[in-house]
Amino acid sequence: MRAFARHARYVFGENLVTAGALALFLVLVLLAVIGPSIAPHDPLASDAGKTLQPPSRAHWFGTDQLGRDILSRVLVATRLDLVISLTAVALSFALGGSAGAAAGFFGGWTDRVVTRVTDTIMAFPLFVLAMGIVAALGNTLGNIVLATAVINIPFYARMARAEANVRRDAGFVDAARLAGNGGARVLAFHVFPNCLPPMMVQASLNLGWAILNAAGLSFIGLGVRPPTPEWGIMVAEGAAFIVSGEWWIALFPGLALMLAVFCFNLLGDGLRDLIDPRRRT
Amino acid sequence: MIGRRLVVAVPGIVGVIVVTFLLNRALPGDPAAFFAGPAATHEAIQEIRVKLGLDRSLPEQFVLYVRDLARGDLGRSLTTGQPVTRDLISRLPASLELTLCGLVLALALALPLGVLAATRPGSVFDHASRMATTAGVSLPIFFTGLLLVYVFYYLLGWAPAPLGRIDAFTTPPPTVTGAFLIDATIAGDATAFAAAAKQLVLPAITLGLFAMAPIARMTRAAMLGVLGSDFIRTARASGLAPGTVLVTYALRNALLPVVTLLGMVFSFLLGANVLVEKVFAWPGVGSYALRNALLPVVTLLGMVFSFLLGANVLVEKVFAWPGVGSYALEALIASDYAPVQGFVLTMASLYVLLNLAIDVVYGAIDPRVRIEA
Repeated sequence: MRAFARHARYVFGENLVTAGALALFLVLVLLAVIGPSIAPHDPLASDAGKTLQPPSRAHWFGTDQLGRDILSRVLVATRLDLVISLTAVALSFALGGSAGAAAGFFGGWTDRVVTRVTDTIMAFPLFVLAMGIVAALGNTLGNIVLATAVINIPFYARMARAEANVRRDAGFVDAARLAGNGGARVLAFHVFPNCLPPMMVQASLNLGWAILNAAGLSFIGLGVRPPTPEWGIMVAEGAAFIVSGEWWIALFPGLALMLAVFCFNLLGDGLRDLIDPRRRT
Repeated sequence: MIGRRLVVAVPGIVGVIVVTFLLNRALPGDPAAFFAGPAATHEAIQEIRVKLGLDRSLPEQFVLYVRDLARGDLGRSLTTGQPVTRDLISRLPASLELTLCGLVLALALALPLGVLAATRPGSVFDHASRMATTAGVSLPIFFTGLLLVYVFYYLLGWAPAPLGRIDAFTTPPPTVTGAFLIDATIAGDATAFAAAAKQLVLPAITLGLFAMAPIARMTRAAMLGVLGSDFIRTARASGLAPGTVLVTYALRNALLPVVTLLGMVFSFLLGANVLVEKVFAWPGVGSYALRNALLPVVTLLGMVFSFLLGANVLVEKVFAWPGVGSYALEALIASDYAPVQGFVLTMASLYVLLNLAIDVVYGAIDPRVRIEA
């Protein structure tokens, strides 16, 4: 553990960008937790007398077409956006990871079924498939999470399959078998934990893509409904005002979105450096 | 070879058809009630249900569905009143034109960037390009589009209003391929070409910026691998003149697969020659290596294209582009499901076909793949 901490310190010290990304990530989590209580205004309170005001001292990020304070809405939205992407990534991690590990470990028809299903998902342009799923199952927040999870399953399934496949004949696996463990038990407690590190990296890179995907869906009018503050939908609301020069409505939620994704991507790169020295960027 | 690949692509297409069918059956609401309209009686709805085959079992319905598909019948859109197939065909060129322009733009930027970063690993340029590409993947595509519109339309006034493929005062060229740039060239209509190109620039840049990052990263990684390999050291040690390596060996061989790929997937991209030449004429020994770095890049192109097809929907919305994406979106919002289903099916089939094409090209670039197959 101490060796790992030293290694982590070395990697972060070497790569200040990753350290910065980690700090940014902590700030995002903090905002998700305390966002609603530090927001200066009520994110839903409209004020007909103060519509479309550019950023000022009273409203740092300006106000939108209903006079709502954009800073407050961006802050409050952090929690929803993070929760959507975290849930989606956790879902696809659990589903894809277990299915893929089973496929790689047992082989045979398990492998064929899992591979066939992931190949079918990959045969769709993923955003289009997500659109189709949300359209079919109904336009709710839960289905946005589900659709985002489904389109990410193949990445985890393939990775877990490859990792489990490599380890299935390893010495420690044979030892576990000889000690009398059943197949499922060996898979769950001996093989799967060893597949986790590369999958964690994938999850971190995936978080950014999940946020983008969910925001994209709400941008086209699926999932989150107004007046709920969410970055994608706020950009969509601001889109109509860009051509008339009211840039602040779309800019700030868009920047928040970009910053979050940027942070997850850098963090993913950094994590990879940390646990897999061969693939250091 | 191609026949074998076609066979391999079949399960993918079957999977796509099954999923689209299931999605369609899971859609909320009763299609018969939709078709009958709000004023229909119960008997009328029942009659339509029988006519549409909705009273039969799921397997029977699937057979009917596949039979209609084989006849090119995707149903009728409630919003436009047209057969979905006709709507999609009339709008597909707009989407493809945009996607391909974006892809070419991305290639033009990403290949030199990746090669340059790989020839100077660890340099300031390498780090800058890493930051730039990470920022590139992090940009929400609809947000990039809006920023570009704000800067180039509202602030600078260089770009036209983001409203479709051609401005209201120019007559579109007579339809041959449906891609305005090509049609205008065929018709020799310079005004229409300029007008269409003007409309195309911003959305194409938006898509290109998005696609650039993964291609650049992949090129860099692949180039790094190849540059460190023995045969490059040998080539350097043998003292081959950079010009000889470049023109006699590398350029001719390297151009071929790239042009094949572009030519196959995007028949109209002959102009890409210029771009590819520029890329390859650039970095001494590097371009000798680039041919070997190309394989993973080509594989990645398929994935990038898939992202682009999806991202298209967002860009089409931002720029009011009359392509299939915005068509499906309008239908989705109006609970008009036949177009949505047709859209998903078309996009997925396009993608499967594209992957097929890439597989074939892959074999053409790398003889080893051909032998193994």
